[in-house]
Amino acid sequence: MPDQLLKVENLGVRFPLKNRSIFGKKTYLYAVDNISFEINRGETLAIVGESGSGKTTAALAAARLVNAYTGKVTLENINLLEIQKEALRQARTKIQFIFQDPYSSLNPRLRAEEIVKEPLNSLTNFSASKKQTLVNELFKAVGLRPEQQRLFPHQFSGGQRQRIGVARALATQPDLIICDEPVSALDVAVQAQILNLLRKLQEEFGLTYLFISHDLGVVQHMCDQIAVMYMGKIVEYADRLSLFNSPLHPYTSALLSAIPSIDKTRRENTKRILIPGDPPDPINPPIGCRFANRCPVATEICNQKEPELIEIKIGHKVACHLVEKNAESPLANIE
Amino acid sequence: MIDPLLSVRNLRIELTTRDGVAPVIDDFSFDLFPGEAISFVGESGCGKSMTALGIMGLLPEGVGKIASGSINLSGEDLSMASDKRMRSIRGNEISMIFQEPMTSLNPIYTIGEQIAEVLRAHQGLSHKAAWVKAIELLDAVRIPNPQSRISDYPFQMSGGQRQRVMIAIALACEPKILIADEPTTALDVTVQAQIFDLLNDLRKKTGTAIILITHDMGAVAEMAERMIVMYAGRKAEEGPVQQVIDNACHPYTKGLISCVPHIHDILTSERQTLQEVPGIVPSLRDFGKDKCLFASRCYNVSKKCKNERPPETDNLNSQRVACWHAEGL
Repeated sequence: MPDQLLKVENLGVRFPLKNRSIFGKKTYLYAVDNISFEINRGETLAIVGESGSGKTTAALAAARLVNAYTGKVTLENINLLEIQKEALRQARTKIQFIFQDPYSSLNPRLRAEEIVKEPLNSLTNFSASKKQTLVNELFKAVGLRPEQQRLFPHQFSGGQRQRIGVARALATQPDLIICDEPVSALDVAVQAQILNLLRKLQEEFGLTYLFISHDLGVVQHMCDQIAVMYMGKIVEYADRLSLFNSPLHPYTSALLSAIPSIDKTRRENTKRILIPGDPPDPINPPIGCRFANRCPVATEICNQKEPELIEIKIGHKVACHLVEKNAESPLANIE
Repeated sequence: MIDPLLSVRNLRIELTTRDGVAPVIDDFSFDLFPGEAISFVGESGCGKSMTALGIMGLLPEGVGKIASGSINLSGEDLSMASDKRMRSIRGNEISMIFQEPMTSLNPIYTIGEQIAEVLRAHQGLSHKAAWVKAIELLDAVRIPNPQSRISDYPFQMSGGQRQRVMIAIALACEPKILIADEPTTALDVTVQAQIFDLLNDLRKKTGTAIILITHDMGAVAEMAERMIVMYAGRKAEEGPVQQVIDNACHPYTKGLISCVPHIHDILTSERQTLQEVPGIVPSLRDFGKDKCLFASRCYNVSKKCKNERPPETDNLNSQRVACWHAEGL
């Protein structure tokens, strides 16, 4: 029985819009709309999606860095959305964040060691000497030299800065680390260094990752479970092999087929599913399936009723009327 | 044997920095044939964009200059051309699209005005004729409903649409060469697929040769026939795309290919190991030294690499490589 670490149920995040309707009723943009997922200890769940799909907002809400208006986030039997003050401070030591941009996520006026010490200062009551010992260990764990502790962020390269970001996330010995596009801002050759480091640390310390990314190559390499988001909703949720080898939702298929590949066989075997246009306006989402207007196989019902996320095969959930009906990819029979 | 459309020989571009003059492009040669798609690959700071700007005559004024070498476009040396001559070559003969479709369009003019401006300036069309042609171009880059969208301002369009407008501007005068500098890096992957699809179609229709600048090997495999791997202002390797991917000879090319997790035809439970390329691109101070500039990051480095710049090998199987220990050629 896998040990469940985090359970997110019916999470929703909305942002109020400035222009109220004529009756003075507040209108909202629903950035994350009723999503649920769980992560087992020691595993990695990826949330993938394009820009604006709500993947980062969902992660921020799970860590209570933005406020959810509804839902439940359970970490070790505590509902994170309900606790306050000291309990919240305690809980924050258990979830840490690695950010996308190692340039803007490090305070330029603090030395590397002070940056790594920050979460210890604000979230723990450790003695100064214990903090220093920890910092020494953390620098070693992420592959930085001890003498680099005294340097400022601008004296590091992009990859090294991201290592500082990783060390900071590890400082409070969290159970869950949320990695928000941890390598997107890095040069290709440096990405491997950070990805390998994250894998190594996961094995060493039994870390659990929530991995946010738009790069399916990276996701495939890092994750055990994958949730695909489109316009604030999870449209497909499956383990790594099912999702990549037999995607069911048309959006997932399109997303996978859009990735340029160096593998000649893949290029020959994959028929590119071009989805025209752009996602609809998130302020007035369509009534039915949100993907319907771009979907190559949409039918009448898709424009009328919103599909629910249903388990089609064991461990493989999809929100699509057409998959629900035939339990296979609706693109399977189309040339 | 067809003559190359663009032939760059021993190009050296120097940049004046606080530490002195650095050759950001150092003895770089390549050919581009009519209708061909080639790709420059490498990390940032390897001189991919600098080469493009050098060809376009758009090097930062007072800072960068072509120190030696030639850029031969159908018999004319662009490195000697006057500013006035370059102005008429840009747009008419060679065009360029950039990475950021958000910043390369002027926010206070409608996109119609921006497309028509190119046609009026380069082809002397009247206001009216240019406007009609602009609508045709918008249609050609697959913007739905071009008649009404032509009066939109850039902020009213999505990132993908803006990049289409940039492509429309670049192709307005049917140039012989289109340089695309990381055209899809800022875009989502499904939008990237749309743009690649569009570029491939337009290339087939108009016969425009394309130079694609990118760091994504997948994009190279998808778009180009030949690739040139650049490192620190020099050519590391050159050859037909699939051949180089299957049989890379330069350690840097190998690193670029195996440092990124790729999606293969069938995914297995086994995960590939990512080969790390340690360190970073050398600083400009080291550019131009008589040694292999990749030596400090290379797994197969010898004394010779640190003391002598490796020459480019001859054209074996149409692949060439600059490495003292080139394997597999």
